[in-house]
Amino acid sequence: MTDADQELRVSKIRNGTVIDHLAAGQALNVLALLGIDGSGGEGVSVGMNVPSDTLATKDIVKVEDRELSQSEVDVLAVISPEATINIIREYDVIEKQRIDRPESVDGVLSCPNRNCITTGDEPIRTRFAVLEEGLRCHYCGEIIRESEITAHLTVT
Amino acid sequence: MRQDHLISATQLSRADIEAVLNRAAEIDADPAAWHGRHSGSILGLCFFEPSTRTRMSFDTAMKRLGGRTIDMGAVESSSVKKGETLADTMRVLEGYADALVLRHPSEGAATMAAEFVDVPLVNAGDGAGQHPTQTLLDLYTIRENAGLDDITVGIMGDLKYGRTVHSLSAALTNFDVRQHFISPESLQIPRSVRYDLHESGAQVREHTHLDDVLAELDVLYVTRIQRERFPDENEYRKVAGEYRIDAADLERAKDSLTVLHPLPRVDEIAPEVDDTDAANYFEQAHNGVPIRMALLDGMLDADTEAGR
Repeated sequence: MTDADQELRVSKIRNGTVIDHLAAGQALNVLALLGIDGSGGEGVSVGMNVPSDTLATKDIVKVEDRELSQSEVDVLAVISPEATINIIREYDVIEKQRIDRPESVDGVLSCPNRNCITTGDEPIRTRFAVLEEGLRCHYCGEIIRESEITAHLTVT
Repeated sequence: MRQDHLISATQLSRADIEAVLNRAAEIDADPAAWHGRHSGSILGLCFFEPSTRTRMSFDTAMKRLGGRTIDMGAVESSSVKKGETLADTMRVLEGYADALVLRHPSEGAATMAAEFVDVPLVNAGDGAGQHPTQTLLDLYTIRENAGLDDITVGIMGDLKYGRTVHSLSAALTNFDVRQHFISPESLQIPRSVRYDLHESGAQVREHTHLDDVLAELDVLYVTRIQRERFPDENEYRKVAGEYRIDAADLERAKDSLTVLHPLPRVDEIAPEVDDTDAANYFEQAHNGVPIRMALLDGMLDADTEAGR
């Protein structure tokens, strides 16, 4: 089965973003990352455990009229390093990007340490250094393992 | 961020540590020579949490250098009570002082404050995070009593929330020190400290009983296990009773053992230990003054040289 067939299975979008080659099981986390719960009215298609050429199975998320911020891409790079991001305009892929593991992730995640200074009302964003197998709060030093990251998404 | 802030013991190299310790030894040898060295300088004391030893020894240290201190007083009587952020408070206070000392109940407070101020900032304790100046005086006391290389140090008590433990264990990785952690399982060193120790290649072992390692120790660093860390009084009493040291324990230790404690203690060191040669915790507390004089002297000198 080719990628084109896949895209047909999960209907094409006119304008927006296709996040492809997500590790199986990550689609709902990506929706959480983007703060999408359906209440915003945006068109969203989700494929889960779809056969893939490069991964055994993959997830795919298509979001209409939405592009990702750098912080969102950074988190994506950590939770699903194989993912690709395709920007769609008038049904065509105008930009296809692989994502690089960032040195840090700013905003988007909250620190799991409830006593961290970032959990108060200070005028700062959270910042996490990216380690080999997780993230570390720049302020309090708390470490989040990769498997725990999605539990700390700041849903806006 | 300025390089001369002191936020965490993890930022200290062996050379940094030895520079402060050597300067403190010079101060100890001839305190009068340092009087008046920083007359006209003002140190701002910003304590958002109660403190006796740290606050008073910084106060004494600055005054012995000829400088003066200003103190924001208790949080209850400050603008913090009106809801001012720490960032704003620190931005205001940096205009009043040549250096600032901050103690705050939240982890990471000093790291954040350092992003907002342009005078040297010293972390005097951030929640369960770090307390690097306590570590410098701990190291000074260890060096005076046991040396800092080829020694075995046991750190006992609340290793999870004890900021003095987090700072000390990080700083000890600069030296040839075997570290043993002794605590109940629920109060073992946190993941972040364990990560740093692992990354530094430190030799570290963990125990739940002091007797497993007591006979090997050159230094035993005791910390207080706090009642509020336990769900009920019985559990607390059971655990706290296992992590105390008395004269009978000293019989099973090396004659040269040095017992330290960041103080205040409650009952984790029996009063009878005070009269033994092992007891060095009051000397340790007194060392807070020369160490903080040495640190402030270095910071204020660097600041003057930089023309700020």
